[in-house]
Parts: sequence; C-alpha cells; structure tokens
Amino acid sequence: MNSAEHESSVMGIHWKAAAGEFWVIGGLLGAGKSTLLSTIAGLHPPVSGAVKMLGIDWTEMTEEASLTQRLKVGLVHAGGLLLRHLSVAANIALPLRYHHNLMQSDVIPKLHDWLVATELELLADRPGGAVSRHWAQRASLARACITQPEILLLDNPLSGLDPQHARWWIQFLERVALGHPLLGYRKITVVVTCDDMTAWRAPGRRYATLASGHFKVLDGASHLDNWATARL
Amino acid sequence: MRHLPASYVSWVGRHIMDFAAHVRGILAFGLISFGVLVTKRRVATRVIHPLIWEHVLRSGVAMLPIALFLAFALGLLIIGQTVYFTSRVGAPQFLGTVMVSVVVRELGPLLAAVLVLTRAGTASVIELGMARASREVEALELLGIDPIHYLVIPRIAGVTLGLFCLTVYVLVVALASGFLWAFVQNVPILPSAYLAQFAAALHPMDFVALGLKSSAFGVIIALVVCYHGLAHPMSVEELPRAGARALTQGVIFCVILDALFFLVFLVL
Repeated sequence: MNSAEHESSVMGIHWKAAAGEFWVIGGLLGAGKSTLLSTIAGLHPPVSGAVKMLGIDWTEMTEEASLTQRLKVGLVHAGGLLLRHLSVAANIALPLRYHHNLMQSDVIPKLHDWLVATELELLADRPGGAVSRHWAQRASLARACITQPEILLLDNPLSGLDPQHARWWIQFLERVALGHPLLGYRKITVVVTCDDMTAWRAPGRRYATLASGHFKVLDGASHLDNWATARL
Repeated sequence: MRHLPASYVSWVGRHIMDFAAHVRGILAFGLISFGVLVTKRRVATRVIHPLIWEHVLRSGVAMLPIALFLAFALGLLIIGQTVYFTSRVGAPQFLGTVMVSVVVRELGPLLAAVLVLTRAGTASVIELGMARASREVEALELLGIDPIHYLVIPRIAGVTLGLFCLTVYVLVVALASGFLWAFVQNVPILPSAYLAQFAAALHPMDFVALGLKSSAFGVIIALVVCYHGLAHPMSVEELPRAGARALTQGVIFCVILDALFFLVFLVL
C-alpha cells in the first residue's frame, strides 16, 4: 500500500479490526504509519488490494456514499492540523456545521460539552494558529469526535507531549474506547499509531508493528518488551 | 544573484510556455470550480454564505477608502485634462461624453479590479498558500469538506460581488469629482447640464457591459488568486513569488478581458 504523494510504503497487509477493538500500531519514523491511517480513512487509495471500512470497499463507493462513510471515521493527525484562521471553537464545530448545515449558534451546547471534555474552554476563542501543538491536537480530537464517529484513528498522538498531557490522552482514549458519555456510551474502534508501544500497554488491547514496509500483528502484550528491546 | 540568460529567444520562449501552462491550469481550475459551484450550490449554505460576506467585506467594503480616494483623483485628472482641451476648442458640452467613454467604460472598472487584485488578491494568495503549506487543505479533506467548496467558491462569489459594488462607488465618486473640478475651473456648465450630457452619452448596453465586465474581472481575479495559492504544493518560502505571479497574471488577464469587451463594443 502506498500513494504517489507518500514516500513510505507498506506491503502485504492482511488485517481486520473488529468493532470496539483498541489497536496499537508501533513503528519508527518513516515506517508508513501515517500512510496506513490515511489509506484506512479513505484519503489515499491503495495501489493494489482493497480497504474495507465497516464492510464496504472504499474504491467501490460513489462520492456520496464515500462521504457518508468518511463521516463515520475520525482521524486525528499529530499536531492537530487546525484551520489557522478559525477559532478553536469554530474548528471543532466546523464538520458538524458543514455536514448538517447549521449555524454556529445551533451547535453551542454540543460544542461546549466537547470543549469541557477536552479542557479547552479557556482557549475556545483563540485562533487555531495561535494555540500550542498539544492543545491543537486536543481540539483536533474534539473535532473528530463531535460528528459521532464509529472509528477513531490517531496518528502518533503522544508525540512531543509532556507526561501530563500524555497521561490525559491515554486515559481519555480509554474512556472513548469503552464508551464515552458524549459518544452515547457506544464502544468505538480505536486505532493508535505510535513510536513507543509500551506507553499503550493495557489489558484487552491488540498490537501490531510496521517495520521495513511489513505489517505484523503481535500475539499479545508480552511481545511489547521484545519489540521495545529490538527497537533500541 | 540572477544570471543573464544565455539566449534571449529561449528566455522569452520559456516564459511564454510557462504563461501558456498557467493559462491552461487556470482554465482547468475554473472548470473544476464551476462544477463544484453547480453541484454543491445547496450544500452547507449556513457555513458558505457567511464566508461569501466575509470576502465581500474584504474585497469591497475594506477597499472603499483607497478606492474612493483614487476615484476622486481620477475624476479630477480626466476632467482637468478634458476641460483644458475642450475650452481651447470651445466644446465643453463633451465633458459628460468623455467621462462616460473613459471612466465608465474603461478606467473605472479596471482601476477597481487592479485595486482589489493588489490588496485583497495578494493577501489571499499568501493566506491560501499558508493553508496549503500547513496542510489545512488536507485537514478539510479529512473532515469530508471539499476544499474547493470551502476555500474557492466563497472567494469567487465574494470577490465578484465586492468588486461590482466597488466599481459602482468608484464611478459615482469619479463623476462627482469631475464635476467639482469643472466647477472649480469655472467651466460654464450646470449640474443638470452635466448630468444630461452624461445621461445622453450612456446607452442601456453600458449598464449591461459594466455589470458583465466587473463580474468577469471578479471571477478572473478570484480564480488566478486561488489557483496560485492552492493548485500546487508549496513551501512558505515560495509564497512571495506566488503572490507576485498572481498579481502579474491577474493584471494581464484583466487587460486582455478589457480589450475583448472593447472589441465586442466596437462590433455591436
């Protein structure tokens, strides 16, 4: 799997994530983690093979169906990728407003809930380009979740975070996976990529690695120590 | 340090080929934008319409002070020169005709277009280029939002509407300042006579042509600006060059369009 715009490529992936699973995919810089997530989210078509999201192949969908399907997937990039000219609150509300044709005032209650959940109330009116990277990433998480996705993809969310912020992300995503009140207590499928998988060690999680262009599912958390040692 | 070209013929040829490639790119970009405009005209109107008004403000209302100042100067200059010549030949009755021919049909719309291009246009190239460089376009795609619909369509609609309104204001102020200058120079003409000359020189087609021309300028400016800001991936260092290129090409396209309108006017 690769795309013309991405240098890294991944091959030979035969992988299935079931509903409600929490996957942690480890790999070094340039291993193809971001490309993998973008391809799963339907942003880049695979060179060969098929990517099925909720049972439907991305390449076989009409534009309208593809859009409906994409709204079921929330993708959070490292750094957040906020729109610089919009405030943090407007950034979070944008997908909800755009896809449901709503005024900013229509989404205030929902927006407020997500601002509180991500501890962004004090930064709500700041422009997206004026908040630091870790807060922008939280805003990006709220933006991905406000449309009530069924699958949440996170590209290296702990990268560059201090321990306090890193702990917040790990705990928040745990709640999201088990059923967050703002997501209707539904179990969400979460796929996280990372450089260091040991930070994500927890019961019931699934692990895989991306190395030298190959994707490998690990049998369990016991393999994480071996992976961490091999990585060093 | 820039080196002198080895061959001026190849230098000119290369620039012509580059320009042709940009023309083709802008046409393709325009067609894509038109397709999006038609297919998504009822999508997210509560998000897109405020953006359109924002661009009307930026391209129209925010430009008013400088546009009115230049319009005032334009009226003074043209009437000043015209009064000088018409008083020498004893034909002050042509003041209104000259104002219609020079200001309403040609200089007014072009002045407003160049103003919008230089101030709002170049700022937009930088803004869009920054959005592209900081992966905001990718962020929009991620959210299932068509970047053309969100970033380009409001600019096309807003710049077109803003420029049309600005052109009307420029014309009104230029005509008023023209009369003021005539009055200061003791030209024996009453406001009613000046307006009568002016009305007699205007044809119904002038209103149609004015609307079409300023709208076409608005569309061209917005397309050139969006094309240079968005169509190609670029780094922050490339933004000033993209801004300069958009400005040059925008002026060239507006002048070509103006010449086309003049040709149609001659034929009709």
